[in-house]
Amino acid sequence: MTNHWVDIKNTDLAIIMGGNAAEAHPCGFKWVIEAKKERKAKLVVVDPRFTRSASVADFYAPIRAGSDIAFLGGVINYLLTNDKIHRDYVKNYTNAAFLIDEGFKFDDGLFSGYNAEKRSYDKSTWSYQKDKDGYAKVDETLQDPQCVFQLMKKHYSRYTPELVSKVTGTPKEDFLRICGMIAETAAPNKTMTVLYALGWTEHTVGSQNIRTMAMIQLLLGNMGMAGGGINALRGHANVQGITDMCLYSEVLPGYLSAPTDADKTHEEYLAKRTPKALRPGQMNFPQNFPKWFNSLMKAFYGNAATKENGFCYDWVPKKDGAYDAMAIFERMHQGKMTGFACQGFNPLASMANKRKIGDALAKLKYLVIIDPLATDTSEFWKNYGEFNQVDSAQIQTEVFRLPANLFAEEAGTFTNSGRVVQWHWKAADGPGESKGDSEILAALFLKLKEMYAKDGGKFPDAILNLAWPYRQPSKPAPEELLMEISGKALADVTDPADKTKVLVKAGDQVPGFALLRDDGSTSCGNWIYGGCWSQAGNLTARRDASDPSGLGQTLNWGFAWPANRRILYNRASADLAGKPWDPKRTVMKWTGTAWGGNDIPDMRPNAAPEEHVMPFIMAPEGVARLFSPIMADGPFPEHYEPFESPLDNNPFHPGNAKAKSNPAARVFKGDMDSFGTAKDFPYVATTYRLVEHFHFWTKHAHINAVLQPEHFVEIGEALAKEKGIQAGDKVKVRSNRGYIKAVAVVTKRIRTLDVDGRKVHTIGIPLHFGFKGVTKPGFITNTLTPYVGDANSQTPEYKAFLVNIEKA
Amino acid sequence: MALQSLDIKQRSATTTPAPSVRKTAEVAKLIDVSACIGCKACQAACMEWNDIRDEVGINYGVYDNPVDLTAKSWTVMRFAEVEEKGRLEWLIRKDGCMHCGDPGCLKACPAPGAIVQYANGIVDFHEENCIGCGYCVTGCPFNIPRISKEDSKAYKCTLCSDRVAVGQAPACAKACPTGAIQFGSKEDMKDYAAKRIGDLKERGFDKAGLYDPAGVGGTHVLYVLHHADRPQLYNGLPADPGISPLVSLWKGMAKPLASLALGAVALGSLFHYVMKGPNEVSKETEKEVEKEGSQ
Amino acid sequence: MQVTRRQFFKICSAGLGGSSIAMLGYSPTAALAEVREFKLARATETRNMCPYCSVSCGVLAYSIGDKSKNAKAEIIHIEGDPDNPVNRGTLCPKGAGLLDMVHSPNRLKHPEVREAGSSEWKRISWDEAITRIAKHMKADRDANFIEKNAEGTTVNRWNTFGFLASSAAANEPGYLTSKILRGLGVVALDTQARI
Repeated sequence: MTNHWVDIKNTDLAIIMGGNAAEAHPCGFKWVIEAKKERKAKLVVVDPRFTRSASVADFYAPIRAGSDIAFLGGVINYLLTNDKIHRDYVKNYTNAAFLIDEGFKFDDGLFSGYNAEKRSYDKSTWSYQKDKDGYAKVDETLQDPQCVFQLMKKHYSRYTPELVSKVTGTPKEDFLRICGMIAETAAPNKTMTVLYALGWTEHTVGSQNIRTMAMIQLLLGNMGMAGGGINALRGHANVQGITDMCLYSEVLPGYLSAPTDADKTHEEYLAKRTPKALRPGQMNFPQNFPKWFNSLMKAFYGNAATKENGFCYDWVPKKDGAYDAMAIFERMHQGKMTGFACQGFNPLASMANKRKIGDALAKLKYLVIIDPLATDTSEFWKNYGEFNQVDSAQIQTEVFRLPANLFAEEAGTFTNSGRVVQWHWKAADGPGESKGDSEILAALFLKLKEMYAKDGGKFPDAILNLAWPYRQPSKPAPEELLMEISGKALADVTDPADKTKVLVKAGDQVPGFALLRDDGSTSCGNWIYGGCWSQAGNLTARRDASDPSGLGQTLNWGFAWPANRRILYNRASADLAGKPWDPKRTVMKWTGTAWGGNDIPDMRPNAAPEEHVMPFIMAPEGVARLFSPIMADGPFPEHYEPFESPLDNNPFHPGNAKAKSNPAARVFKGDMDSFGTAKDFPYVATTYRLVEHFHFWTKHAHINAVLQPEHFVEIGEALAKEKGIQAGDKVKVRSNRGYIKAVAVVTKRIRTLDVDGRKVHTIGIPLHFGFKGVTKPGFITNTLTPYVGDANSQTPEYKAFLVNIEKA
Repeated sequence: MALQSLDIKQRSATTTPAPSVRKTAEVAKLIDVSACIGCKACQAACMEWNDIRDEVGINYGVYDNPVDLTAKSWTVMRFAEVEEKGRLEWLIRKDGCMHCGDPGCLKACPAPGAIVQYANGIVDFHEENCIGCGYCVTGCPFNIPRISKEDSKAYKCTLCSDRVAVGQAPACAKACPTGAIQFGSKEDMKDYAAKRIGDLKERGFDKAGLYDPAGVGGTHVLYVLHHADRPQLYNGLPADPGISPLVSLWKGMAKPLASLALGAVALGSLFHYVMKGPNEVSKETEKEVEKEGSQ
Repeated sequence: MQVTRRQFFKICSAGLGGSSIAMLGYSPTAALAEVREFKLARATETRNMCPYCSVSCGVLAYSIGDKSKNAKAEIIHIEGDPDNPVNRGTLCPKGAGLLDMVHSPNRLKHPEVREAGSSEWKRISWDEAITRIAKHMKADRDANFIEKNAEGTTVNRWNTFGFLASSAAANEPGYLTSKILRGLGVVALDTQARI
């Protein structure tokens, strides 16, 4: 979230699209209701299903799963055509005025630089025109045909209401009504908040779904504003924190891009990741990359990390390709993996194409499950009849299952979707012999360390020298770890302007990331958490919920990264002169000498408005990107069909088969054959959560099993009639990858849509069930889903694929 | 002597007048159906707080689960898909005891002290006094009480009288994520409802209104409905509930002396039971009661 | 580090002496109209956080036993923390049912192994589990670790072992996991956040 949960109450219009906040995040959704009650705000829901969010919406419109960019591109066209944009904001705070390379083209669904064989783009023409000093050229009149504003206008002029309706199935008048509601928030003192979740990410165009809406929010001037922003409602309690800790291959803690084979030396690595400002005078905050990386290495390797050895740069494993979850299981399926561990993760149920995942796990030599619960994955080798048809004797994988503690059995911090890090205390021991995750990982590591120390082995250096300063080595305490994450001075940190002035004494916790250094004098496990445990103590445990501004900022409750800032890009909530766009909801203002207001400034505090330091400090441009040169699949989002689409072609590019689905999405060898076609699988399926359950966990909790006991699928009345299915009947749903059986719920809430001249039926499939649990044993929904993901994030396309249905 | 945290207004099958010197505020639970997302947090909180766990059932082709109230499910969400002015509305109503001002269950109950109405409006079942006859079920205009198969006693929502007694809101009201359930004095709840109704009218629900039916003496569970003119839309919420004539008859005869003259009516055996007092129930009476209760 | 108990419970326990809160009835017997006793009157309250979605609702976990030496804390009730600015005491059906997650019959209680080709679990000790897993990992790492790529660049990676990290683990074990795995050279690392 660029904003935070409570801030939703400050909005004038909440739009829920690509998510279902009422069901997946009910307690956060309350702030929508609060905005409705207290500000007379409106709620709009756009979804293939009339969800529980829709049940309390002011306006609901249906949309075909997988056609969000068509809808949102149409909104952009509406805003530009009707001049419903916040012009000053767009001109000053976005790259609308930036001039793009003359070689940049968009031709029948493909951007310049496409390589069909590699399914990827050479992005060299997706770049700014530069002046002699290396700065991007701009045309502040926004008239130059090569400026982003004009290119964008041209790009989205194709997204007419007629074509939008034809592609999305959303009735044209519904679409236009929503456009009108959105357009009202272009007024400087009106805001819209966007609440989305996996309904946008889980598509082969997932990242671009979100970008399209981000562009809309920029055009409306809603970023940085109270009650605005683009808010990812994340799925797991600490999915934000674990993402921040970067437990994925592309990045190191604090989103530091991980080294690859191309980054041969420490110097090369840092140079490539330390950008130069693209406009004069901008903060270009990523220029601090070396401070963050070197401080991380000090946290990892302590005294072993020295300036001379590049702070142990060579010890950090380099990536030679993709290692996202789908890539990992692909490697496993090819027999290239020996061992694997799942910590609180149930891939057999949660990854796409269950059969492929089960087959892959069966090729491992050893599998380690670390979990509080008996997961389906932990018993992938066991025969559960139709639900899991395997022959145990044929599966040679040795499986270990280690009992882990749950939330109530440990102290530590979770980071919520609004980036607020909050401490919790231990209430009781776990059952039996269960242990905390830190203790389990420590036990494994210390055993390995002991073996390497005794017997030697391949490259023991990083293992033997991993900093392990914990008072009880076998039980690193959460307090110790959070202090390490927050960072400390290893030597006196002095003021660069006055070396005699000590800013942080050696041994003290740093007050924030601004005090980190690249010379080895500071250590910090995650720069964005810098200062969360300062000399003032554990700020994540603060419990002062006072809210003097009335905006719900609660600056003394917990600690929000970065720097306890609650609303990102908050400098953009004020005009160029530093006057709030909406004085009634002041987030930030220039006081004459400094930035102040009701948040921590997302700006150098003394950057006077005349200096023209722009609000988007993490971009070398200083402004937000309407045109993004870094996306894998195009600088402007374009509608592409899901990989399994009910249509024969992309109605935006009917003559270009290459542009039917995302041309830059990765497809593994063999997986192309696993896709079905509309001939055999005529119905659009989409998977989702129900409010009664959480993922694959609460099927183990009796109360939740009572509330929603058995796997079901939802179908509209027309399809039910056509197929002779009554509510309560058992049905069989098939995709090209397998089948499931479940109870049919027949509902008016799923409408048959008119799409491109045909009727499209949607089948809704909740995901929560499986063969382990106290709910009725059932099939795993992901038996059906396709193994293909978003071109940028590699998140699988769970939200739009093809199935068939019959009475079981 | 323990603190008497809730004063009693009336008790079933008891003629001793209730003390009435102290005045405690009437409480109410307001269910704002227009803010309800049907998440069932109230159901979960109810089960958790009251230490009741219903069986894991099956899916009946609807979202409702459990599909009806039981002795272990004291509240359930009822879902109705309704088309109004060409647009779909998903009307979701939390069903459970309404805590009537004039409780039909209490009127009908022949077991002394099995049903109690506190001065704050809560109608509570005291299962240790319940004889399982099922008259409360018959007496209830909302079809709420359920007789347990395990112990043949009647159960329903207590409005968390144990929580209210120590100044806490009922578990369902506290949990409700969207604030669709509010709890407070009945007066405050009515004021709050008026504000919500105003908002709904501005949003085009001309017939929005409060459900506080006079036929049962008003209730201590109130609904804000978008379509207050047609409560039946909400899964058959009765438009004009009242206590059944049978119970009214019984109510008229509630004085033990009167019962002597009316030995021939179907409730005779129960009067007998009342006359004999709560502590000794003959085998014969028990049998008759079971028979009555199972009908 | 321990949190303070909420004030109303102080009042409750002080005012009522921890005994039955209300004896409401009168003639013929007082017990006839007693409300159920407030079950948390002397329970220990601990501030925690719901482990489900990322609203991260504050919760109060109530346990029996006052954390004295001989009392084994057992969580008997969980409800919303009214002080938490986001949930303000509310919970969804998942959060309101947390007690049944804590006490799920499917909680794992001790390490187990399923041997190759077997169709059942076998209970083992922590020591055996950790030793056997570490042996597997070391053999795997020593056999498959890549110090230099074909071009001679130092890459120090081990890509035959993979790890999927929990998004329900707290930041501290999350960070430690990240540190350990990078130290081992693991690159096949991903998290629930991806999907």
